Amino acid sequence: MDTSKKVLIVDDYKTMLRIVRNLLSQIGFKNVDEASDGQMALQMFNQNDYGLIISDWNMEPMSGYEFLKSVRAGAKNSGVPFIMVTAESKTENVVKAKQAGVSNYIIKPFNAETLKGKIESIMQE
Amino acid sequence: MKTAKTKDQDQVHFSRDQVMGVISSLMHKVGESNAQPMHKVYVELQKLTQILSDMHAEIAATPTQDIGQKHVPIATDELDAVVGVTEEASATIMDATEAIQAIVSDHEDIQGAVMAETTKIFEACTFQDITGQRITKVIKTLKDIEAIVARLHALFDPDGKRPVSMGEDTRTEDEKLMNGPQLEGQGVTQDEIDKLLAEFG
Repeated sequence: MDTSKKVLIVDDYKTMLRIVRNLLSQIGFKNVDEASDGQMALQMFNQNDYGLIISDWNMEPMSGYEFLKSVRAGAKNSGVPFIMVTAESKTENVVKAKQAGVSNYIIKPFNAETLKGKIESIMQE
Repeated sequence: MKTAKTKDQDQVHFSRDQVMGVISSLMHKVGESNAQPMHKVYVELQKLTQILSDMHAEIAATPTQDIGQKHVPIATDELDAVVGVTEEASATIMDATEAIQAIVSDHEDIQGAVMAETTKIFEACTFQDITGQRITKVIKTLKDIEAIVARLHALFDPDGKRPVSMGEDTRTEDEKLMNGPQLEGQGVTQDEIDKLLAEFG
């Protein structure tokens, strides 16, 4: 797995950003940017070249779902692996996210093994 | 008799005065009859009138301003404080955990075992995100209750204001999808999500 790629993590809870950053660090990803909502993330996405996005869903003013749709609809790097990490655990949400082009979907609370497994899975595709 | 029909709902609302008017009219007509069964109806209608009158007085006397200006803000502030305190506590726990990870980074003999345990500490800290989201949902519910109480008060307004419509659900598709975290049994498991995603191919 190529851990030199730049990762963007998006969550409105600082605690969660820090947890994901720490877990990514243990996997080997050291180049990690953070955003607190979809709007900020989209701005950063347009200015940088990310190899992986890990985003929460429930954020304001722009949700992770809207951010995902914007990424997939954009001209630049629209196929970037995108993992939704969220407490939204209804089937409807998973289906909507998949239809919008999510690469994988993890429900909170999660453990390091789950995150690592999903990242490895989509980075090998 | 005129009725108030809202724009948003296909429902007919009657003001308190209109209801009282109907009952009074009915009582007047029934009162003119000497038949025994009709007299019983008359007595029941009198009771109903009293109940409606008492209810109106009670609702009108309810200090709804306190709910919006005092009770709900106090409750939401308390809940915000819970989120703040748990966030601070989580940060302290993670500071200490990262410090431990840094200390063992040069000790290969114990690094693996210590990292495995400190990872569990980080995983456990996700409680702050989950509880924070649940508390945010409670705060929103409190604000909804506040709005409903205000509408209820307007319904029994002494000036005879028309009932206020609850209105249509104006949330966007995205907003309607943001209801998590789900309670036990209301959502799907990670395994079910994996199977579902696999079905998409």
